[in-house]
Amino acid sequence: MNYQARLFFILLIFPVAAWSQDKPNLLDMLEKEEKPSTVYTTATFKTTRLINAHSIEQLAAGVLDVKISHRFGTLNKGIYELFGLDNASIRIGADYGITNWLMIGAGRSSFEKQYDGFLKLRLLRQSKGARKMPLSLSGFAGIYYNTLKWTDPSIINYNTSRLNYVFQLLAARKFSEGFSLQVSPTLVHYNLVPYTTDKNNMLSVGIGARQKLSKRVSINVEYYYQIPGYKLEGSENALSAGIDIETGGHVFQLIFTNSTGIAENQYITKTTGKWTDGDIHFGFNIARVFTLRKPKVKAQPHQ
Amino acid sequence: MYKRFFILAFLLIGFSQLNAQDIWFTRNGNISFHAGTSMEDIDGTNNDVASLINIKTGDIAFTVLVKSFHFTRSLMEEHFNENYMESTKFPKSTFSGKITDPGKVNFTKDGNYAVTIEGDLFIHGVTKKITAPATIKISGGKISADSKFKILMSDYNVAIPGVVADKISREAMIEVKCNYEKKN
Repeated sequence: MNYQARLFFILLIFPVAAWSQDKPNLLDMLEKEEKPSTVYTTATFKTTRLINAHSIEQLAAGVLDVKISHRFGTLNKGIYELFGLDNASIRIGADYGITNWLMIGAGRSSFEKQYDGFLKLRLLRQSKGARKMPLSLSGFAGIYYNTLKWTDPSIINYNTSRLNYVFQLLAARKFSEGFSLQVSPTLVHYNLVPYTTDKNNMLSVGIGARQKLSKRVSINVEYYYQIPGYKLEGSENALSAGIDIETGGHVFQLIFTNSTGIAENQYITKTTGKWTDGDIHFGFNIARVFTLRKPKVKAQPHQ
Repeated sequence: MYKRFFILAFLLIGFSQLNAQDIWFTRNGNISFHAGTSMEDIDGTNNDVASLINIKTGDIAFTVLVKSFHFTRSLMEEHFNENYMESTKFPKSTFSGKITDPGKVNFTKDGNYAVTIEGDLFIHGVTKKITAPATIKISGGKISADSKFKILMSDYNVAIPGVVADKISREAMIEVKCNYEKKN
């Protein structure tokens, strides 16, 4: 054999040796082939309400969430009223997921005997991976109708005077498994305000946060700052703190708040209590989820 | 003389190309699991399983995205990801192993072949060696693999709290159903 042929043959051995040893690790091959996918953030908050206010969480399509909310009287009422336990302000309501991005709800509060309804629309979802979105964004629109008897039946009273509207933009980010933060600019419209000096459109910004203490328990804080000049005379800013406990199908929220009302228009604009005066209500929300319409989850048809 | 070398070279190259023909794949494999009790039905299904099988060596591998398991109840799906599987920490589960007796299967002849598969199963941050019975079915030039086996939740550090202890089984029954295509 001449030199060139020998060299050629020797050189040939290297790639052949590499081929025969190249038994690819199948798992590595799978990892390499994976297409980048988008991972959407879930469970930014444990339920659709932070404390009083709506969180960016939506109900899945076909799911019904029954909500019972209770606020006792204020702690500063003393032992005679058992620190407020003898009084109660209640809201009974239910939310329903029409689609995964649109939910509807209705309820009635004993405070001002008010009926309410709302729609919440998911606009953006926080995600990472192929598609990155730093926050979740939802839109909220609520309508509120109080049914108290007129204080002065002798004058002309309009039924439309009973109506209030609330519009919110909810923006939230899950910073880590344990910590989520939400900011909610809000517009509350009253068809009829108590004083001529009051504005009909009230502006505020809500801020809320939750910190998980364990897999199923978290603490939440919520504050609504009313823009000065755009609030009702004599109203206070709502400040609430609470603990969420999740068990299977229920979420229990134990709450301390200075707001008597539970509906959005009430606690955002009609809070009269002051934490520094001890006007603190203890209360709770119970949410129970029922799946009314099951989504189709099929196993792949097998030959 | 050169002719002989070239023939040898082409033969060697030709043999190594065969490797690519031996690998079959799927990106829509199905894995479902059942972990319920008489008190509660807990069934999750994943139709996006990626798997490769080397019919020459019997090597087989799966990767499973945990968030792709779907349940009829969305709250159950949320709890599965948040509280039990912690899918933000451990987004994927994998299996890497082989058919212990690949000689039993004639991949060119139609039929059902009962085999044993063993390998490393990685779930929730824990890798464990498992052995499972499987059926390889060859039909009309297509390969499919089925397997059914049980795992213990505690083996993979999946904790079940006392509150729901009578609703969730300590063991999960896992069913795998994959239909493979030849890889190009």
